[in-house]
Amino acid sequence: MAEPLLRVDNLVRRYGGITATDNLSMEVVPGELHAIIGPNGAGKTTLISQLTGQVMPNSGTITFAGRDVTSLPSYKRSRLGLARSFQITSLLKDFSAIDNVALAAQAHDGHSFRFWGNARKERHLRDTARAALERVGLGKRADIVVSQLSHGEQRELELAVALATKPQLLLLDEPMAGLGVTESARMVALLRELRKEVTIVLVEHDMEAVFALADRITVLVYGRVIACGVPDAIRRDEEVKRAYLGEQHAVTRHD
Amino acid sequence: MKPKLNASNAVAALMCAALILLPVYSAATGNIFILTLFTRIVIFALAAASLNLIMGYGGMMSFGHAAYLGIGGYAVGILAAEGIGSGFIQWPVALVVSALFALLIGSLSLRTRGVYFIMITLAFAQMAYYVASALSRYGGDDGLTVYKRSDFAGLINLSDRTQFYYLCLGCLFGGLYLIWRIVNSRFGLVVQGVRSNEQRMQAIGFHANRYRLVCFVISGTICGLAGALLANNTDFVSPAVMYWTRSGDLMVMVILGGMGSLFGPVIGAIVYLLLEELLSQFTEFSGLILGPVLLLIVLFARGGIMGLLGRMSRG
Repeated sequence: MAEPLLRVDNLVRRYGGITATDNLSMEVVPGELHAIIGPNGAGKTTLISQLTGQVMPNSGTITFAGRDVTSLPSYKRSRLGLARSFQITSLLKDFSAIDNVALAAQAHDGHSFRFWGNARKERHLRDTARAALERVGLGKRADIVVSQLSHGEQRELELAVALATKPQLLLLDEPMAGLGVTESARMVALLRELRKEVTIVLVEHDMEAVFALADRITVLVYGRVIACGVPDAIRRDEEVKRAYLGEQHAVTRHD
Repeated sequence: MKPKLNASNAVAALMCAALILLPVYSAATGNIFILTLFTRIVIFALAAASLNLIMGYGGMMSFGHAAYLGIGGYAVGILAAEGIGSGFIQWPVALVVSALFALLIGSLSLRTRGVYFIMITLAFAQMAYYVASALSRYGGDDGLTVYKRSDFAGLINLSDRTQFYYLCLGCLFGGLYLIWRIVNSRFGLVVQGVRSNEQRMQAIGFHANRYRLVCFVISGTICGLAGALLANNTDFVSPAVMYWTRSGDLMVMVILGGMGSLFGPVIGAIVYLLLEELLSQFTEFSGLILGPVLLLIVLFARGGIMGLLGRMSRG
C-alpha cells in the first residue's frame, strides 16, 4: 500500500467521563475515498474535528503528508491542504456565495494584511471562486447572499469553499445531511467526480451513498474502530451487522 | 462599483454637503453657536466611526472606546503643559500612544468573547480614567487646561473657528475614506468574515485573532486622533472624557445611526448630540426622552437610521 496521506495513531479524546475517541488508529491513502460510518454518538464528528484541529486530542498523534500535525491549530492545517465541510452548514451567512468561496481562495493566496485595494476586484481570486462554484453547479447563484440559498445549495457551497482551498485531503462531514432525494443524487454524482481529483474522507449516514462511493470503509462504535475494509467485506462483517447495521439498517446490494 | 441612488446614499450625500457648507451658513447668519456645536459633533462622529469599524464590521463590542479620546487628549494636553506646542509632535504622539494602548487592551481582551470582552474593555477604560484622575501634576480630577492649541507652523490656525472646523471635517472625511477602503480590502473582508463565522474562517486558513487585533489597533488610533481634536476644541482635557458613560455615548451613536454602515455613525452622532442639545434646553432630564427613543430604535429599527432608510428605498 502507498505511503498514507493521513495517519492517525492511538487517538484519545475524553469529555468528562465519556471517551468520544477511544485509542483510535486509521490510515487514509492518497487517491482513495475513505468513508467513516457508525451509529449516532460513535464519535465521527469528534474525530473529524480533531483531524482539522478544532478539537485537540488528549493523546495520540495525527500525521498528515508525512508531518506531525497533532498540535497545529486549524488555520495552519488548512494551509497544509486539509479542508473540511461542516455537518451543520457553517458559512458566512451575510456574504454572497462567491464572497464565501473567494475568501477561501484568499486564505491560500499570501497574507491578507492588505488594507487598500478592493479585494472583490482581484481577478484571480474571483476566477478561482467562480470556477469552484461552477464545479459544484452553483455558477448561476454566485451573487446570491448565503441566507437566501436553499439548504441543498448551501451544502454544495460548503463543498465549493473547501475546494477553493486547493486541498490534498477533503474531510466531508455528512454532506448529504438534510438533502432530498434529487439533491442527494446530485451530491453523489458530484462526489464521484471530485474523488478523481482529491483524496476524500467521507462521514455519512446515507448508507446507499457510502457503499456506492467508498473504496474503503471504517466503522466506528463508541469511538473505537471495529472494522475497516472494502465495502463488500464490511457488508459481510458480523460484528458490524450486530453493532451498527442491525435490522432497521439492512443494506442491500446496488450493483 | 458605482454607488446606487437610494435613500441612504442620498441622505449621506446631503449630510456631507450640509457639513461642508455649514461655516458659510454660520458666517452669513452670524450664528457662531452652530459652528461650535457642529465642530464637537464632527469630532464625535469621527470617534463613533472608529468604534463602528470594530463594532459594526468586526463584531467586537468595545465598551471602553472613550479611553482613546482621553489618551489622544492627554497626549496633546501634557505635551502642551510641558512646553511642546507643535502639532507635528503632539499629534503623532497622540496616535502612537493610542495605538499602543489599543495593542495592550486588544491582545488581552481578544482572548475572550461576548460579555467578557465588553467587561474587559470597560475595565481598561476605567483604569485609564482612574490613572488620569491620579495625575496630580496634570490636574488630576479637575482636568488639564490646554492654554495653547496645537501649533502647525502657520500651516493652519487651530484657533480660527472656521479653519479648525474644516480641519475636523477633513479628519472625519479622511477617516471615513480610510475605513471604506479597509472594509472592502482583503483585510476588511477577513475581519467581517470572522464576525460572521469565526470557526469557518479558521477552517479555511485564517488566524482570526491576528486580524481582529490589527483592526482593534486601527480603530483605537483613529479614535486617538478624535481625542487630539477634542482637546483642542475644548482647550481642556479631563478624566471625565474617558468615563464609561462616554463610551456608552459612542456606542449609542453607532447603534442609533446604524452599525456596519459607513455613514451610520456620522448620522448617529448628529442626531444624538443635537437631541441632547435641544432637550437640555427644555428639561434637565433629557435622558428620560433619549432613553425611550433609543429603545424604540433598537426594538423597531435594527440597523439604525441608515438601516431604516435602506428599507424605505427598497420599499
